[in-house]
Amino acid sequence: MLDFVLQPAPMVLTVALVTLATRALPFLLFSGRKDTPSYVLYLGRVLPPAILALLIVYSVKSTAWTSQAYGLPELLAIGIVVVLHLWKKNHLLSISLGTLIYMLMLQKLFPLLLS
Amino acid sequence: MRIAQAKNALAKAFPYTIPVLMGYLFIGIAFGVLLKEQGFGSLWALLMSFSIYAGAMQFVALGFLSQSLDLLSVALMTFMVNIRHLFYGLAMLERYRSTGKLKPYLIFSLTDETFSLNCALETPRDVDGPLFFFFISLLNHLYWIVGSLLGNWLGSLLTFDTRGIDFAMTALFVVLFVEQWKKSPQHTSALLGLAISVLCLMLWGPDSFILPAMLLIIVALSLFKTNLEEKKYA
Repeated sequence: MLDFVLQPAPMVLTVALVTLATRALPFLLFSGRKDTPSYVLYLGRVLPPAILALLIVYSVKSTAWTSQAYGLPELLAIGIVVVLHLWKKNHLLSISLGTLIYMLMLQKLFPLLLS
Repeated sequence: MRIAQAKNALAKAFPYTIPVLMGYLFIGIAFGVLLKEQGFGSLWALLMSFSIYAGAMQFVALGFLSQSLDLLSVALMTFMVNIRHLFYGLAMLERYRSTGKLKPYLIFSLTDETFSLNCALETPRDVDGPLFFFFISLLNHLYWIVGSLLGNWLGSLLTFDTRGIDFAMTALFVVLFVEQWKKSPQHTSALLGLAISVLCLMLWGPDSFILPAMLLIIVALSLFKTNLEEKKYA
């Protein structure tokens, strides 16, 4: 019984340590030294917009783009969030209303349209 | 004085974390339920969500529970799934530079969502920067732990239709992207990131596009270095 209870411990520890390593590596390599290469500093400055774009794509990567609704609920909802945020500039409003509209499209509207 | 400062930072940080609260609770609940189905109770939900604290990776680790993989394979797989974190560290080198004793925790807790908030938000006036980053990180960590515990305890009792709730995370990234867009003097980086990510998703598919996308983004940004630096990118 105890064997079963403790059995995942080495796996969990390994996953935790390697995950921490991927987060800490850039800091270990570059933040101790005073002369961080200017190329690395440049990358740090220009990366955020590019990574946010990558994260948007990453978060909808499993969408069925070539069948069913062709990713239309995702694209429409993203468009709605952009417009809402440019218009009202309110984090919570853009995110909660966008998510609500997406859920309605996914659960109600598109099943109805596709049936 | 220090306590008043901390309270102020917590109060200012909390509203920004509410979208993550929604997202992490529901994704955490899903993780807790699946863990329970594999026969592991709340102790393991707590241990994994506290110590690993990486959403996608914990779902991958669920697979490790049912098959007996050697630890080297586990380590390699973990490295590949989490390789995007290397990006976050690079982008946060400057912002986290003078965070003192809070730095180790800030680095440990650098998830997708925490990174996106802490890299894009301006610290509100009269708030201590490191404390602001710290409370955003800590609150998100707590939401994730509470979500996985709830899922593990309540499990099958939760029956309402939550399909699509994880769009809250997409919406959060979109909002932060829009804000970066508005305050940035150039859009080359944003457009390159978007074009390369979409292209790589089409070419490599959802399971393996992250690594080529990251490499191509670095290559592209390096090619545009002179161009971008002329625009005094801040």
